[in-house]
Amino acid sequence: MKENMKEKQRKGMIRDIIILGIVIVIAIVLISLFPDKREVITASSWEFFIEMIWILPAVMVLMGLFAVWVSKETVVKYLGKTSGIKGIFLAIFFGALPTGPLYVAFPVAAVLIKKGAKISNIIIFLSAWACIKIPQEMVELKFLGLEFMVLRLILTIIFVVIMGLSIEKIIEWTDKTKVEGAKDNASI
Amino acid sequence: MNITVIFINIFAGGCLIFSFLKDRKKTKQSLLGAAKSFIRILPIVFIIIIFVGLLLGFGSQTQISKIAGENAGFWGVFLIALLGAIMHIPSLIAFPLAASLLKNGASITTVAAFITTLTMIGTITLPLEIKELGKKVALLRNGISFIIAIIIALIMGVIL
Repeated sequence: MKENMKEKQRKGMIRDIIILGIVIVIAIVLISLFPDKREVITASSWEFFIEMIWILPAVMVLMGLFAVWVSKETVVKYLGKTSGIKGIFLAIFFGALPTGPLYVAFPVAAVLIKKGAKISNIIIFLSAWACIKIPQEMVELKFLGLEFMVLRLILTIIFVVIMGLSIEKIIEWTDKTKVEGAKDNASI
Repeated sequence: MNITVIFINIFAGGCLIFSFLKDRKKTKQSLLGAAKSFIRILPIVFIIIIFVGLLLGFGSQTQISKIAGENAGFWGVFLIALLGAIMHIPSLIAFPLAASLLKNGASITTVAAFITTLTMIGTITLPLEIKELGKKVALLRNGISFIIAIIIALIMGVIL
């Protein structure tokens, strides 16, 4: 499983480098065809590069630190048994910690289901992990401004909680009708 | 220099020092992880950097605002949201891309829809999600996420 993931990442990296090569060739061709655009293109790319280079290493360091310090076991321990409002808050909190890409969260969520955690908390946890990460919010603040970031954050939290609760209801409902259906079949 | 940039660097530095004082081995391990993910993300960073340069060089403001601006309409927002759901760019790089689109005529609604579907929905990770959580939960989560992303975007467009 782990080897498989590594192999996938290596392939992804090679694919990215090939795309990068193609993009560079396209850029060179376009610039040599339209030399008057060269100034604008290099200036905006350079400005963009500077902005990224100031922020990316810090974000990577934060993610690396939290991935090592906040173990999967900690998350499972706290999220496995809490429910209600407290469960929702914890799910958002653990999801928001800067701890790596989404595919890392799926196995954690699978363990949580086995441990009997509420479906709503698991959905909220996954969605928070996907889109309310702390460093992500800081980058959003920098590029899109305070109003945009805060409003999107609040709306996202509200709707993610609603989504978690509704999916739980849907799952409960379909499971119930399935069980009842099985019972009916058995009685016939 | 921007306050957010200073803050995020100080925050990362502080955490790093704290971690180093508590456990050197763990800190070393986490820095190694950070370096690895940094290298992994670099090609995409350069792709987006060049892409933005070309976009600002050739795509005029009127073109961008025609496709993703105020007059894009519901189907414009829908298409951009779909694009965000399918595409696989790290969200950290998507924000600056979104900012440059916004500066050049894209509307708040389309940009919000793009970012929200991009982060919330993972079509590439969907097989893994189905394997770990089951078809029902995974499909419901991604499907409903798409709908709420559009709702969030429309509300943001009205307020901002």
